[in-house]
Amino acid sequence: MPFSLLKYGLKNDYPFENDIDLPLPTELKKHYDVVIIGGGGHGVATAFYLAKYHGITNVAILEKGYLGGGNTARNTAVIRSNYLTSEGVRFYKESVDMFKGLSNEFDFNIMYSSRGQLTLAHTDATIRSFRQRAEVNTHFGGKTELIDPQQIKELVPTLNMNPADMPVLAGLWHMDGATARHDAVAWGYAKGATQRGVELHQLTEVTDVIIENGKAKGVKTNRGTVSCGCIIQAVAGHSSIVAAMAGIKMPITTYPLQAMVTQPVKPFLDPLVSSSALHCYVQQTGRGEIVFGGGSDPYPLYNTRSTLDLKESLLASAVEMFPFMANLKLMRQWSGITDMTSDYSPIMGLSPVENYYLDAGWGTWGFKSTPICGKSMAELVASGGKVPEIIAPFAMDRFDVFRQVNEMGATAASH
Amino acid sequence: MGTSYSKKAGLGFADLTFTPIYHDKSYLFHDVAVIGAGPAGLAASLKAADAGANVLLVDENPMLGGALTYHRFDVAGVRAAELREQLTAKVRHHKNITVLNSATCNGWFTDNYLPVIQGNRMYKVRAKQCIVASGAFEQHVVFRNNDIPGVVMSSAAMRLMTQYAIKPANKAVVLAGNDDGYLCALELLKNGVEVAVIVDMRSQSSDPLLHSAVIEKGINVLFNSTVYEALPSTDKKRLAAVQVHAITGRGKVAATGVTIPCDLLCMSAGYMPVYQLLCQAGAKLSYDDDSARFALTNLPKNLHVAGSANGVHELDAVINDGELAAYTSLTLLGLASDEPQPVTCNKQTNFPWPIFSHPKGKDFVDFDEDLQSKDIVNATRLGYRDVQLVKRFSTVGMGPSQGRHSALPTARLVADATNRTVTETGVTTARPPFVPEKLSHIAGRIFNPYKLTPMHQKHLELGAHMIPAGIWQRPAYYGNPIDRDKVVQQEVEMVRNAVGIIDVSTLGGLEVRGPDAAEFVNRIYTFGFLKQPVGKTRYAILTNEQGVVVDDGVSCRIGEDHFYITATTGGVDAVYREMTKWNAQWRLSVDIANVTSAFSAVNVAGPLARKVLSKVCFDVDLSNESFPYLAYREGTIEGVPIRLLRVGFVGELGYEIHMPSLFGATIWDALMAAGSEFNMKPFGVESQRLLRLEKGHIIVSQDTDGMSHPGELSLNWAINRKKPFFIGRRSVDIVMERQQTRKLVGFKLSSESCRPKEGHIVLASSDQKDCAITGNVTSSEYSTTIGANIGLAYVGIEQKEVGCKFPIRVDNGEIVMAEVVQLPFYDANNSRQEVI
Ligand SMILES: Cc1cc2nc3c(=O)[nH]c(=O)nc-3n(C[C@H](O)[C@H](O)[C@H](O)COP(=O)(O)OP(=O)(O)OC[C@H]3O[C@@H](n4cnc5c(N)ncnc54)[C@H](O)[C@@H]3O)c2cc1C
Repeated sequence: MPFSLLKYGLKNDYPFENDIDLPLPTELKKHYDVVIIGGGGHGVATAFYLAKYHGITNVAILEKGYLGGGNTARNTAVIRSNYLTSEGVRFYKESVDMFKGLSNEFDFNIMYSSRGQLTLAHTDATIRSFRQRAEVNTHFGGKTELIDPQQIKELVPTLNMNPADMPVLAGLWHMDGATARHDAVAWGYAKGATQRGVELHQLTEVTDVIIENGKAKGVKTNRGTVSCGCIIQAVAGHSSIVAAMAGIKMPITTYPLQAMVTQPVKPFLDPLVSSSALHCYVQQTGRGEIVFGGGSDPYPLYNTRSTLDLKESLLASAVEMFPFMANLKLMRQWSGITDMTSDYSPIMGLSPVENYYLDAGWGTWGFKSTPICGKSMAELVASGGKVPEIIAPFAMDRFDVFRQVNEMGATAASH
Repeated sequence: MGTSYSKKAGLGFADLTFTPIYHDKSYLFHDVAVIGAGPAGLAASLKAADAGANVLLVDENPMLGGALTYHRFDVAGVRAAELREQLTAKVRHHKNITVLNSATCNGWFTDNYLPVIQGNRMYKVRAKQCIVASGAFEQHVVFRNNDIPGVVMSSAAMRLMTQYAIKPANKAVVLAGNDDGYLCALELLKNGVEVAVIVDMRSQSSDPLLHSAVIEKGINVLFNSTVYEALPSTDKKRLAAVQVHAITGRGKVAATGVTIPCDLLCMSAGYMPVYQLLCQAGAKLSYDDDSARFALTNLPKNLHVAGSANGVHELDAVINDGELAAYTSLTLLGLASDEPQPVTCNKQTNFPWPIFSHPKGKDFVDFDEDLQSKDIVNATRLGYRDVQLVKRFSTVGMGPSQGRHSALPTARLVADATNRTVTETGVTTARPPFVPEKLSHIAGRIFNPYKLTPMHQKHLELGAHMIPAGIWQRPAYYGNPIDRDKVVQQEVEMVRNAVGIIDVSTLGGLEVRGPDAAEFVNRIYTFGFLKQPVGKTRYAILTNEQGVVVDDGVSCRIGEDHFYITATTGGVDAVYREMTKWNAQWRLSVDIANVTSAFSAVNVAGPLARKVLSKVCFDVDLSNESFPYLAYREGTIEGVPIRLLRVGFVGELGYEIHMPSLFGATIWDALMAAGSEFNMKPFGVESQRLLRLEKGHIIVSQDTDGMSHPGELSLNWAINRKKPFFIGRRSVDIVMERQQTRKLVGFKLSSESCRPKEGHIVLASSDQKDCAITGNVTSSEYSTTIGANIGLAYVGIEQKEVGCKFPIRVDNGEIVMAEVVQLPFYDANNSRQEVI
């Protein structure tokens, strides 16, 4: 469905006067209080909250491609908070709560749809870890429980209960699981930010970071040099490359991550369903397409090519889970570049360079955290570097002091 | 098309009862793969094959010939058929050419890896050179009501007439932006269709001969004119007439026009290369606004383009272009052939601006998604100026045809609205597949490999309840799941009091041999192995670079330069991968082999184990003195060579017997027979888990997680920090210096208390509101031996002391208090496994 239809119905004469989502491009100014590198969801959300909550509007978002064209455009929009660690659950739960109010906050429909997310267990080891996740979630007020095969059948009648000869023994049923229109999230934030005076510069690539006496002073771009009070980098898959411009080495390895989608069919699958043993998750979008995703590619690479190998293994698993899908037609396959940390948690907060803030390490799981991330980064910047408590566990130096926040088990099967 | 299309077809129903049918995969290897069997592809195939290359020619149609099968290239209308005959006859008989027709090359993957779908099979083709001669898609004209049935591309009408012998209408109008419209008109006439008029958007035809040919046949031509609106029949189901207006400027028309009745409108406004495969390979599509021509550049080295996909539309030039692509491929293959002439072609086929937006709309740009020109322009006005954003905002190009007919008008409209060129605007990224493909083609044969131990059948006969363990099946216990608790306790009692046998064939087995074997093992595992004596075993822990415990096993030193090391069932493949990865850097002189499936193993455990073994194994002195705890020996059972490890995992006298898998069942039978007089029976993994829990032994992955450091697991004794290096050493050192935050402890609850389940969480205090989570239960079971509920759990560091009571939250939010106890729960001084 065209987005305009949602917004304007069948009216013929849109757009109305003054109802412009994104202003026309302008020249770069010489100086900004804040420069945000990366116009993905995270970058524009940070700008939005800086403007809205902190009155900081002399802000430029510099995006080398188009708004939200990185992983924001490529992700499969799983929103959930059923992680394993206390630090993780608290953080993601806050984000899920914020998501619920976004359409209203923007006056822009982000098509938030709360469907519930179901993860399948095929071994007793998985049941153990699911029980733990359900308990941790419940502890922080989330709605997650361990359910039995009978309940699974009722939730997803079309599911094969013995995929790949691995009987479904139990499920982790996360009622807060949801999805939203990924692009619209970026557009809503961008609209709100630019309306408040923030400048969004697309086709503007940061090529170097200017540092004097250990302090971030500005950036060089393909459109000229800009000085600034501070810099936030929010470039997802390019974190190591951009950080290197500031002389920062990141504990990140970069892998492609792929996803694919079928032609649209009438809705039949409400919850998001995934199986860790089969490395596959399946969900149906509002348009009716079935989306498939799985694990990252097995080797590090900066390339958004698709591979046949992944398509074969992923769809073999999908057909195991839902045999009748063998007859559906795949329409598109794509990939994004993800910056993975060894503990599957993000890197947020201060960096070794003064006035240079990091929002990175979002790997395969950063869409769902867009609101809380933007809000916390804005708070961090507005306070001049006081790290908000909710993101403190994700500081980069946790790798030096071995205080990782390990979410590997809770991230492998679904993002 | 249009509105009704997406309501009816765009959102079809999935058949939820469909049962997959057989599909398979096959592999092909060729010097040259040619995609598309039109004149360019045929010419390229012949030239390459003549020079000795082994050629694969792929076309999605049943009939070879591409445009030659329907297009008209000359006034007389004879050239196409003659040429097709001539070329396809040669191709069919050429020994170097394999033809796959009715076959779609549905993607381009790195290094010319091509999935070709034909029938129920997907060929996976590896081609040294690939020539894409995929042709061009004819493009529609944007005007009001261009979605009414009866408005078609000229090439569609031509196909109906030449391939299916269908007369498509009675009275046609041709809307031309190039000379192909004239050829279409001639073909219509030949098939008995009256051609009311050729409406030419240009000021003159390129080829004067064609113009006079149609005039001669009595067809009227209106220059500088366009169809501004199509008018539907009264029932709105088909075309009744077209409204023709004079063109007054780019996309502009005169206020009034003439109405011409017709039941068919053929559009010939231009072509867009079938660029999908090429762009998947990273090619750049550029468009020259003045000549309205496309070009594809930036192709990878071994990929070539030819024919109308390459912007060449004149027949002789197309053949020439195909031969040139073949020549380039042959040169790269090192095969000699004559160099063709450079290609010249001046035929202009694209009308620069075939878009006539109408104030009342219904001037469709995208038929799948029902998008009109204002939808595209308005997206840019709202601020979505990048063509990718236009796509995402409007959904243009997202339907089943994936932009085949909407990409060009969209690019033109966006370019115009944002003051850019079409090249600057670009088209959205082409992604595989080329056409929507059934999941079954990609999934292929449903094939789930699994492994069975040699004793599998015996377990089933003995009534085992089997559970998966990785890709293996293992007995959980021998009995009915309804009696699970009782059966497990009985099996445990049998091992504690007499003797039992367990199939441990799924244990990983790794052989490390060579002059540097000891050095290698010493670098991989945390313990010291340089001085491990031959004939002894040693506990082996593997940490990763973060210092986290990721696997464990037993290292047996078989000889000075020969180790046999076990690993966990689920971990062995990763361990093997790590070993080979590290040695790719270290370059030590060792040979590493994963012999997991080559060896089978059983563990005979219990106070009577020696008695059982001595009945079948005569060539090893089994006495405690000469074969003590942790020793390694070799011998035979029934003439089969065996490896014997004296182990203690379950806490009783025990022998692990490893034998070649071929003889696994023989030795199992021999041992079962030997054990019968002692009432020895098999026991399963769940009983083994309880036995080892009573001894406080951890199971890596059950009692460890992604953060478990050796210190938290009280495994410091198995870490040799005097040696210079092991994987993870640096991290382990740092962690050891730091204050720990949690610890894995043994706990006990009275037998009346609710038993916590594995995965339940440990809290900082029993007042659960707002208190921190300090840990979790990893193992929990009722133990008859101890007479209590026992388990292992991570607790906060302040909760770790023996005697400390800590809260566990169990089902339904209830809290139970467990007490930390000294490990092991059973046989504290290990006398049962070591002394006897
Ligand atoms: C296939 C796939 C599926 C996923 N599924 C999910 C999911 O289901 N749920 C979930 O929560 N997460 C998911 N993710 C992860 C999620 O997409 C990302 O973590 C998230 O979008 C990151 O947002 P971002 O704004 O930081 O990054 P992006 O949206 O990638 O934005 C970063 C921007 O920085 C720009 N940039 C880079 N370098 C420069 C430079 N030098 N100068 C200027 N600009 C620059 C890029 O062009 C880009 O637009 C998925 C990712 C992929 C690839």
